[in-house]
Amino acid sequence: MRTAFIKQLVEAAKTNNKIFLLVGDLGYSVVELFAQQFPDRFLNVGIAEQNMTGIAVGLAMEGYNVFTYSIGNFPTLRCMEQIRYDMCYHNANVKVVAVGGGYAYGALGTSHHTTEELGMLRTIPNLNVLAPADPLEAQIITKMLCNNNEPSYLRLGKAGEPMVHSKDKTFSWGNIIEVFQGKGTAVLSTGSMLKYASDYIQKEKKEYGLYSVPFIKPLNLVDLATIASKYTSIITIEEHQRSGGFGSAILEGLHDLLEQEKIATLPKIKRLAIPDRFIGVAGTQDYLRKIAGLQL
Amino acid sequence: MLPSNSKVLAQKVKKCLLTLAHHHNASHVGGALSIADVLSVLYSRILKYDTSHPKWEERDRLLYSKGHACTALYAVLKEVGFYTDAALQTFTQNGSLFTSHVNHKVAGVELSTGSLGHALSVACGMALAGKRKKTDWHVYTIVSDGELNEGSNWEAILFAPHHELNNMTLIVDFNKIQSFGTIKEVLDLDPLKDKFNSFGWDTIEIDGHNHSEIYEALRKDTIHGSKPRVVIAHTVKGKGVDFMENQLAWHYKSPNKEQLESAIGQINQQK
Repeated sequence: MRTAFIKQLVEAAKTNNKIFLLVGDLGYSVVELFAQQFPDRFLNVGIAEQNMTGIAVGLAMEGYNVFTYSIGNFPTLRCMEQIRYDMCYHNANVKVVAVGGGYAYGALGTSHHTTEELGMLRTIPNLNVLAPADPLEAQIITKMLCNNNEPSYLRLGKAGEPMVHSKDKTFSWGNIIEVFQGKGTAVLSTGSMLKYASDYIQKEKKEYGLYSVPFIKPLNLVDLATIASKYTSIITIEEHQRSGGFGSAILEGLHDLLEQEKIATLPKIKRLAIPDRFIGVAGTQDYLRKIAGLQL
Repeated sequence: MLPSNSKVLAQKVKKCLLTLAHHHNASHVGGALSIADVLSVLYSRILKYDTSHPKWEERDRLLYSKGHACTALYAVLKEVGFYTDAALQTFTQNGSLFTSHVNHKVAGVELSTGSLGHALSVACGMALAGKRKKTDWHVYTIVSDGELNEGSNWEAILFAPHHELNNMTLIVDFNKIQSFGTIKEVLDLDPLKDKFNSFGWDTIEIDGHNHSEIYEALRKDTIHGSKPRVVIAHTVKGKGVDFMENQLAWHYKSPNKEQLESAIGQINQQK
């Protein structure tokens, strides 16, 4: 996903001279492509994410569309107040990009497990919260972010994730993306859990429908209502703590739809998420997902 | 830029902020009075701005990081004509944009502040943009002394000289008192000049109430070399009002009617 991101950013920057990339001394073998082609719109600010976010806001106030790039918790939790107050209250054109979403950097330990930021960030007004599932989604969403002026957060995985969608798949801003239809149960997945969910459903020959939800905020309630009307039960799956994250957003959205009488009944909802715990052992992403209980 | 006398402006600003604090029960009067002279010199003799076009591209940028001392900034912006006194008198009222920490939704305010240690990084971003775009405007940032407790400031203090941001000036309102005690007691900053020098800044120390010294220190045409500039303005908290000077309590209190009259009388006597 990070490769799809940087390739698309480079592509966009060729014709859009407002795009500026800041990195927090991370991105070896990823961001060089951008840095070499656009040295006037690139800067490694050093290991100082609070400063990086403030600098991004200053650049944005002077007309740039600024992407900040670092690993997981560093450009997010580390500088939550700069994101809330400087970036989002001022509606600054800054895109915070984190690589290593969920347990993507599993063996690196708890410091690098990015498992709380969705919940924290989606409470902040003016901020879009986005978690693409595969390189195609990452590429299309990056293209969208290059052309909009809203504060946004982009959660990426690492490099080398397999494609889930076909190459010609398209979607618009905010769409919940149908992977395949099913009967009875719809699985709603955000981020890179989609590949697991897709493989599981097909391998186990379940009749579940599968949907990818990269736009956690704004959540598309029209698409959600359509799904809720079609299925009697919904399973959400995310590589994030159970509190406040994607499953919570879906629960809240469905309840709002019910209260607004846009759906007649509430489907049965099961949330698969990390059960309010840290995982302090090493392991691959798949291993950590298993011991966190992220299993259909 | 107004051609008006900075002393005259300072007197108006001090009276306005005292009156605001009295009428609206606002605090942080001491820190507002300590920076009023610097603000008055900036807005009368230094900054390029256009009150009818607050976002004029060529303006100098002033980021006011000590957002708690908002009355001084709101007062000076009113006195130079960004908005009317009637607008300012909505200060802290229900629905007013004039919140008691600085709000960027008010004309002339670049950045909302109130959480300390944010503005200097934003200033670095603006100055970086100015360098990349080869602009002529200058970025001024005013921080309080206590605010330098915040680590985020030191990230920016490290950054600005490394990137040769000589299009920015940092002003430290060094009034020696922070929220809960003196700087010496809480977290000593000294030797502050040496700290900035060692970080690579062009460092100037001035009497932050002497308008000639303020003007000479903040002029853009005296910048030479590639270093960003920091002006450590030695100031007095509550400056100009004898019962407020150097008193921690005036970080919190607002003047009652008698205190306001006494304070205005003292300011009127000053030339």
